[in-house]
Amino acid sequence: MEEKIIIAGFGGQGVLSLGQFIAYSAMYENLSCTWLPSYGPEMRGGTANCSVVVSDETVASPIIATPDTLIAMNKPSLAKFVNKVKSGGTIIVNSSLIDEKVTRTDVKVSYIDAQALALEAGNAKTANIVVLGAYIAMSKILPFETVYNTIDKLFEKKPKVIPVNKKAFEIGFNSVK
Amino acid sequence: MKKLLKGNEAIAEAAIRGGCRFFAGYPITPQNEIPEYLSWRLREVGGEFVQAESEVAAINMVYGAGGAGARAMTSSSSPGISLKQEGISYIACAEIPCVIVNMVRSGPGLGGIQPAQGDYFQATKGGGHGDYHLLVYGPATVQECVDILYNAFDVSEKYRTPVMILGDGMLGQIMEAVELPEMKDLTKLPAKPWATDGTGVGEKRRIINSLYIEPDDMEVVIKRLYARYDEIKRNECKAETYKTEDAEIILTAYGTVGRIAKSAVNILRSKGIKAGLLRPITLYPFPDYEYAKLADKAEVKEFVDIELCMGQMIEDVKLALNGKKPVRFFGRLGGNVMSAEDIVDFVLGEVK
Repeated sequence: MEEKIIIAGFGGQGVLSLGQFIAYSAMYENLSCTWLPSYGPEMRGGTANCSVVVSDETVASPIIATPDTLIAMNKPSLAKFVNKVKSGGTIIVNSSLIDEKVTRTDVKVSYIDAQALALEAGNAKTANIVVLGAYIAMSKILPFETVYNTIDKLFEKKPKVIPVNKKAFEIGFNSVK
Repeated sequence: MKKLLKGNEAIAEAAIRGGCRFFAGYPITPQNEIPEYLSWRLREVGGEFVQAESEVAAINMVYGAGGAGARAMTSSSSPGISLKQEGISYIACAEIPCVIVNMVRSGPGLGGIQPAQGDYFQATKGGGHGDYHLLVYGPATVQECVDILYNAFDVSEKYRTPVMILGDGMLGQIMEAVELPEMKDLTKLPAKPWATDGTGVGEKRRIINSLYIEPDDMEVVIKRLYARYDEIKRNECKAETYKTEDAEIILTAYGTVGRIAKSAVNILRSKGIKAGLLRPITLYPFPDYEYAKLADKAEVKEFVDIELCMGQMIEDVKLALNGKKPVRFFGRLGGNVMSAEDIVDFVLGEVK
């Protein structure tokens, strides 16, 4: 098993931390994983992305040419990566910010209204965790409980935000049929 | 228990566990997490952190601290390392152990901050003025960063030769799970009878110096340095070989490009092409015997050297192969990084 994921969006949308949740969870599952952020003169409102590779063998290249999954949190990210996704791969579209549809027919597409679902969970900032939930439900690369417990670990120093993030994760997970 | 760490953080923590107790540096992307981490971590272990006023000051502080017997380190990125070269040459001549990390960016000039390998010549051929080398490592993974940094001070002290780690921003920014070793017991290290640490009262005066006006004196020092490089070559040379047993095409690359090439080997193998990888881990001394071994195998048809520059390591590769096998070159520049698929296309001749 090797899963290559590109997660992209505006800086401030939590795309890098979304990738870290996957990376930490993979480590807790004793899988090999690399998390590689785009770096440079990036800022809130600019674009950011990260490449995450999860494998049951040691990951060699962290560079992703053809992702198995693309998580696009905003329009420019979808435009940039949509044609790179491998045939038969998956695209998760944040439909709160992206009003267009994916025209490719050789990929599985899921539209998640992350913003609305995050508000349902109780905090608009949890949109990335909603998408994390949806991704875990779709990809099944990691068990629900492992990622759920990762929320406790990564928010250890901010225990107040744990319940709302867990709720967001559940809502995202259950949003995928 | 494993920890998920950025390459830069892992380098800093492994240096601490390997005994680093002094750091001086000046900020520059893409290595800032190293000084940031050490700025609080060194204090926890009773060490000292200095943000110097310049790179030149930082390397000379390392010279001083190393001379006083401390396990001293600095880190920077390409233009900053250029500024440090005078100090590095002095340190090499004065035979002071220390560790220097260069998270290379693209260049020449101020260049860009994305990954590149254009500092290979500078790192492996000396870098500053004069007749010397550093012991240079090119790690490819975060775990390898940890393993190398953890032992870097031991090796540097054993041979009284500065150690340089050549990485790039990709290695600095990537997060991977690592196993961190225990803290080294610094009370059990070999004595440093040369260090100006206040001990040895009544003995012969200890002098740390890099000025040798008498030609005969300077000649002795240079010969001593080179005798050590020979010893380092015998004892410390490291390379990874991957699927080379039956390989017909040998990809060769170091650092992060080495791991991308490893994926390329797997893709080529899935297409029925017998590819293998030779990845030097020590860049100086260069593991040329590994190349020589493969060059002598009849089934090996060619080598493909892959770098993030116009081709620098390829000169060492060609020297090691000594004309026995052809070498093709594939490189990306300016901070662009090739994918494994790009390497495959090149090997298969699908790139103009």
